[in-house]
Amino acid sequence: MRSHIWRPLYVVIGIIFLALVIRGFVVPKSFGIHEKGYIYGWYNKADENFWKEVKVKYRSSEYCKDCHGNNLSLIKQTPHAVIQCENCHGPAIDHPENPAKLAIDKSREQCLRCHSYLPYPTSNRSKIKGIDPERHNSGVECIMCHNPHKPSLNSLRGLK
Amino acid sequence: MITRRDFIKYSMQGIAITAIPFTAMELLKPSGLLAAKDIKKIRWGFLVDTRKCVGCGMCVKACQLENEIPCDANVSRTWVERYVLLKDGRVLADSPKAARDGFISSSIEMGHGKYEDVKKEDIEKAFFVPKLCNQCENPPCVQVCPVGATYQTTDGVVLVDRKWCIGCGYCVMACPYGARFFHPVHHTAEKCNFCYHRITKGLKTACVQACPFGARLIGNINDPNDEVGRIIRTERVSVLKDEFGTKPQVYYLGLSKEVI
Repeated sequence: MRSHIWRPLYVVIGIIFLALVIRGFVVPKSFGIHEKGYIYGWYNKADENFWKEVKVKYRSSEYCKDCHGNNLSLIKQTPHAVIQCENCHGPAIDHPENPAKLAIDKSREQCLRCHSYLPYPTSNRSKIKGIDPERHNSGVECIMCHNPHKPSLNSLRGLK
Repeated sequence: MITRRDFIKYSMQGIAITAIPFTAMELLKPSGLLAAKDIKKIRWGFLVDTRKCVGCGMCVKACQLENEIPCDANVSRTWVERYVLLKDGRVLADSPKAARDGFISSSIEMGHGKYEDVKKEDIEKAFFVPKLCNQCENPPCVQVCPVGATYQTTDGVVLVDRKWCIGCGYCVMACPYGARFFHPVHHTAEKCNFCYHRITKGLKTACVQACPFGARLIGNINDPNDEVGRIIRTERVSVLKDEFGTKPQVYYLGLSKEVI
């Protein structure tokens, strides 16, 4: 073959070789075809550990029990027993070290998630005691009168 | 009279024939058989009981905080849809801000900033449907990834490699359930991964734990003693978009035909 064919061919071969060398350095050893085969299992195996090591933030009421057992046993006697502490008190993460104090969601909107009445005949939502947020003391925080740990209407604050 | 040549030939053949059963025994190693039967293999599955959901959105809030999805961005790994079926046959559905603040108003978000007020008398039925990634057995999102940045683990969960994702968005388009989006901070494809950091430590997912009504359950459906597996095997469950052949592993109880 003539040299005018070989010369650009050398350049192409050189580029391919260079690309393969760079690939060898950039692509980690754990990248390849794994158990699920080429279609679903072509990936970097080491990335699984990245996801396994994500920090757990919600620790469940069991975690709160050791220090705040009193509050937990109180709420367990009410219909609010089904609600996890962290749903209102926020994720514990490493409390009490980090954060030292949890930001409690005391907002009206938090209560209205369940207690804003929706007229849905085929949903359990309409079976929860609810109010019309426009009419029922609009703008006032629910916890001014209601105690979320003791939600019974007989124990309304200020009406005892 | 046997010649020396024949003697050597026959003895070689004899050795070869007696060696065959040994190789067969090698093939039938008990540990290999056990692995082939997959009885110890984990397969994470999810069960949503739509009849128990009241649309409080606690699951969405917990998910966003647990998995660091910015609350002000209009994206979410899980969301709750509201379906309101009117007596005139119309189907209204919405999921304002993925229902991270629940459903407080009875007016339905129609898009483009419009809301439709629905009167109590006009409602035939109404219900809530929590949604999340289906962790399909045949995930189309994984098939289309050109760089191998999304993959299926051996326990059936589909993960995204943030370091490897180039942000082409093929997977976002390929998912028939709309479960994928771009992470507003990392700018890579993002999706529900059944809280992989929690389930691999023996914890429940953040959404399952946060649900006050038990509308969400997660479990290893290959475990014969698992509650989710038992319900899937013995009760009448359905999946979303079965006709797509993706074999979704999020099962629903009480699903209505209007749900897509």
